[in-house]
Amino acid sequence: MSGKSKLQQLSSTIRSKDAAQDESTIVGDVPWLLVLTGTIAAIYLVPIETGIMTAFKTQDGYLTSLPFLPPRTVTLAPWQEAWNTLSGSFFNSLAFTVPATILSATIGSLAAYGLTNTKWRGQTLIFVFFVAGTFIPIQSVLVPVSRFWAIVDIENVLQSVTPLDLWGLSFMEPHYATIVELILTHTAFGIPIATLLFRSYYKNLSDEMLEAARIDGAGLMSIYKNIVLPLSKPIFIVTFIYQFTSIWNGLLLSLIVAGAGPAAPITVDLNKLALAGRIPTYNTMMAGAFITAIPTLIIYIFFGDKFVRGVAGYGGS
Amino acid sequence: MNTLTQRIRDSELLRSTPFWLPPTLIVGLAIYGSISWNVLISFTDFEGLTLPTYDVSTFDLEMYRQLFSDPVFWNATKNTFILMVVFTLLCLLTGLGLAILIDKGIRYENTIRTIYLLPFSLSFVVTAKFWLWMYNPDIGVVNTFFEGIGLEFLALNWLSPRLKLWSIIIGLVWQFSGYAMVVYLAGLRAIPDAQYEAANIDGANTLTVYLRIIIPQLRTSTVSAAVVLVVFGLKAFDFIYALFRVNPGPNADILATMMYRQAYSANNWAYGSAIAVALFVVALMIIGPYLYSEYQRGGL
Repeated sequence: MSGKSKLQQLSSTIRSKDAAQDESTIVGDVPWLLVLTGTIAAIYLVPIETGIMTAFKTQDGYLTSLPFLPPRTVTLAPWQEAWNTLSGSFFNSLAFTVPATILSATIGSLAAYGLTNTKWRGQTLIFVFFVAGTFIPIQSVLVPVSRFWAIVDIENVLQSVTPLDLWGLSFMEPHYATIVELILTHTAFGIPIATLLFRSYYKNLSDEMLEAARIDGAGLMSIYKNIVLPLSKPIFIVTFIYQFTSIWNGLLLSLIVAGAGPAAPITVDLNKLALAGRIPTYNTMMAGAFITAIPTLIIYIFFGDKFVRGVAGYGGS
Repeated sequence: MNTLTQRIRDSELLRSTPFWLPPTLIVGLAIYGSISWNVLISFTDFEGLTLPTYDVSTFDLEMYRQLFSDPVFWNATKNTFILMVVFTLLCLLTGLGLAILIDKGIRYENTIRTIYLLPFSLSFVVTAKFWLWMYNPDIGVVNTFFEGIGLEFLALNWLSPRLKLWSIIIGLVWQFSGYAMVVYLAGLRAIPDAQYEAANIDGANTLTVYLRIIIPQLRTSTVSAAVVLVVFGLKAFDFIYALFRVNPGPNADILATMMYRQAYSANNWAYGSAIAVALFVVALMIIGPYLYSEYQRGGL
């Protein structure tokens, strides 16, 4: 195939993209492209596909069969075993990821509004510190975060702000205090990226609309509540998805706050299924990996386009 | 006087403080406060179970002297740079390739794009477990494949000291190339179609069109993707920890793993803090100029 004809194909493809996506023309033009992208996609799926297949095999099964082939005898035992190890930490992860997601997104929205849709100089300068905050290596805050939670006794703080005997309540457990530490830590470190996502959205809100509200004498709070917030639904969803995924998936910050104790998140406990020095049982390990991945996989499969928007917003413009 | 109170009441700077000041204080204390605190700790002798003393007269640069004469530190620095550079370049190249293919307009575009980005939505702990299994020397997919196609000499022990850094990089490129693709795809879609047409009329071939016309216009995409990837490469802790725990061995030890090991396994808190400062300085050398140029061109 000569270079020139390829180019003609290219431009005709682009033209046809313009002309309301005539799919039959696209495929008719470039079958090799579909084969190529499809092959690459298959290669990308190999580690995941192998993991699924292995998770349904017995130990004998995965030792004696090709790793990527379906199991000869399907077993759920690896899932059962992985769930026994991970169920507690699965709920721990949910218990801090959901509140931290909602809190950081809400605070990010308020911060972005104050730094974007109000009229004063120097907003960008303050915003630079938020952006820089998204890039900073977590390592450079680890020891202080550990020190902070060693000094602040969150159990007592929570007790002193509640009128009841909080930790005496029958359903309360001591490690819930660590969950609160995780919520606060992830919220604080999640605010910069949430602010960044909201700001790039709020920048594009119509100035005339906000100006009209101002002339009508609306206060900043009323503009936020009545105009900005109702328009923010799409970016709230994008931010929720981004924050949930990154907080759920993260290891390091949760590891140093909760450790491997009763409040351990699932990303910490998954490592228990492949302890160093022991021969790993790959079927259980793969089942555990999928149990860890299920919440974010569901979100990705159902809200993939919104996940992409969050990802594309990360790293500035 | 009246006009002054009036002006204060009208000032949006003041009236907007309830919105941005509390979040700014949280970020200021949590991030910038912690970074400063970390620097202070690196001046102390904080180790073991004793508490740090913040007495300025006892502050010294002992940890940094120790750091600069520590061969482990220089080795970790070398590995950090290898990982950062090779990982970033491979991700950008793969991402660009994927974006160009997808941008040509294919059937099932959404499905295929979703698959390329799928690894990016997973936790590093999860993908590390996948690769641990992929790289199994006896029955893992990689070696089974090479043996199957008659390339037995390529069936190596991928997580052996000699190869592990490269194996880690391949796993990370698999996970991050989708991110680079998303950034490039946005860049490609912003280029007007007319430019392809004009090149077509001039009779330029596809390769020339891409090298001369398209790729130079992707500079902004390249820079912003590269900064994110480089900063990630610097702190690729989660993936390595999930493979090797705190001791990846000298061939895969990076500053991020060394810092964690010193602070949290050996309780050499002050020393860990000093390593963290070194890591922070490297990150700052990359994000500083980037943020400055973004600020200058009004991109923030």
